[in-house]
Amino acid sequence: MSTVVETKNLTKRYREKLAVNSLNLTVQEGEVFGFLGPNGAGKTTTILMLLGLTEPTSGLVSVCGFNPTHQSLEVKRRVGYLPESPGFYDDISAKENLLYMARLNRIPEDEARRRTTQVLDQVGLPDDARRLVREFSRGMKQRLGIAEVLVKNPKAIILDEPTLGIDPDGAIRILELIKSLNREHGLTVMLSSHQLQQVQEICSRVGIIVKGKLIVQGQMDDLGKSILKGRQWNFLLEVSGNTDGLERDLQSIPGVDEIEPRSHGWFLRCTQDVRGEVVSLVTRKGVRLLQLRSEDPTLEEIYLKYFREA
Amino acid sequence: MTVVFWKELADHFSSRRFMILLIIIILSGLWATYATGQAIRQNTDTIPPQYAFLLLLTSSGETLFSLATFLGFFGPLVGITLGFDSISGEYARGTLSRVLSQPIYRDSLINGKFLAGLTTVAVLWGSILLLVIGLGITLLGFAPNGEEIWRMLIFTTVGIFYVGFWLALAMLFSLVFQKTVTAALASIAVWLFLTLFVSVFSSAISGMIVPDATTPEAIARRSDVENVIDRISPSTLFSESVGILLNPAARVFGMALQSQAEGILPTPLALGQSLNLIWPHLTTMFALVAVCFGISYIIFMRAEIRAS
Repeated sequence: MSTVVETKNLTKRYREKLAVNSLNLTVQEGEVFGFLGPNGAGKTTTILMLLGLTEPTSGLVSVCGFNPTHQSLEVKRRVGYLPESPGFYDDISAKENLLYMARLNRIPEDEARRRTTQVLDQVGLPDDARRLVREFSRGMKQRLGIAEVLVKNPKAIILDEPTLGIDPDGAIRILELIKSLNREHGLTVMLSSHQLQQVQEICSRVGIIVKGKLIVQGQMDDLGKSILKGRQWNFLLEVSGNTDGLERDLQSIPGVDEIEPRSHGWFLRCTQDVRGEVVSLVTRKGVRLLQLRSEDPTLEEIYLKYFREA
Repeated sequence: MTVVFWKELADHFSSRRFMILLIIIILSGLWATYATGQAIRQNTDTIPPQYAFLLLLTSSGETLFSLATFLGFFGPLVGITLGFDSISGEYARGTLSRVLSQPIYRDSLINGKFLAGLTTVAVLWGSILLLVIGLGITLLGFAPNGEEIWRMLIFTTVGIFYVGFWLALAMLFSLVFQKTVTAALASIAVWLFLTLFVSVFSSAISGMIVPDATTPEAIARRSDVENVIDRISPSTLFSESVGILLNPAARVFGMALQSQAEGILPTPLALGQSLNLIWPHLTTMFALVAVCFGISYIIFMRAEIRAS
């Protein structure tokens, strides 16, 4: 596995504002990397620097082994980029739009025609090739945008807010499309989003950027751990029925630190996630489980907290 | 660059805007040629037959103004129409960042756009010239001679550069303002200023520099100053050079003292001599185009392209 995107202390300063603050980011080949952060966190600026559309103030960028500032053509040959709410020439057909991009990539004419048909098929727009883009809905445009990114047969694609402004069903279908591109064609995907809940399922790894700084980067599970690192896991357990001896058994579950009695159960302070063990214990005892609630902030709540601060 | 060029050219030719321009130009060309052609036919004895075709372009006949004047006035509008949304339109549609994320050099986009615009202008100008020649042959009954054709060809080249200046200016504004409407308004404002108000300014300023114009020398000096200021405007450059180019008998710009005109034989100038007269004008016009385009080029190369 090789590294597709790597940045070292990447910084972009707009006059007095620091848009991107010494960002260290890596995207490995074959993964779906979610680049998450609230609006204005510096996601788009970072992406523009990855493509050489903006020059970094300082720091190093390498995309597919090339420096986008000096070898932007090499980068652009290998990487497809779909901007946030992409625009099209709306007085020509979808296919013509794709053909223009194919020609800009110097793909020979007959191959370009073959490929445009193929990618329109791939994104689920096979019957709309001849329609004018101005008749397209937002979701269709997003699909067309993905088709266009695929025309050049890229090694990696960078999608900026691919689900922005699309209804939940359409967003899920676009994410499924992205996932299938990654699985079936081994395409490396980097996508930015501010909707964590939505994209976290398809991302193999995510990085969270707030105010231009990368707070954390890693696999979804590790991410939870690293954010929750050093925290205790607190659970509220409520049961009804014969609870004799239950407290002792709970105490013996590895990871459970302290137990405090509450009105219908106990409050557990633990060093790790013990929910599985608690539930199986309760079932074994034949006690009715009323609720088992995590009293800790969830990953999403933590995101939200960071977002609010930004 | 060729890809961008052909795409832009196809866009121009299929646009409604181009159709409107074409219709206006063809109608006015037909009308002007027909009217002046009729006038020439009625006064055959007073008109030198060797330059009848040039007269079709320059004489106003019974119409309000001659075809050359009309083109001088209308040309800027063509340039502005073709250029004002070239970059801002891409911004507005959100296509610019997509195009620039393709493996092309950034300048090939702006070069391709400019060349496509110039080619469109050339096609328009060429078609109107062919129209004049064709209709002229029918009306007058003889073909233009070699010198006339050369003069018309040079006239076309000058015209393309003239319109090219406005195209470059409109592109510059479309790049600077990034909003289509602002770019169009700014271009039109500059156009109005340079074609209509420059002469007001120049006479005011020359009046200040030469306040008391009673002697012939002072009057000549004042008109010299006025001419120099007028020539800031490409419209003046165009109309002066066209006046010399399409009228072989003309040999001075503006006015001349009687002592200067003394001894001049009223014979037509050779093409080379006419060209010598307008050489500075042509150079200036070319330089204006180059400067305008150069500024847009530099701005565009350094611009940051954001999606929204």
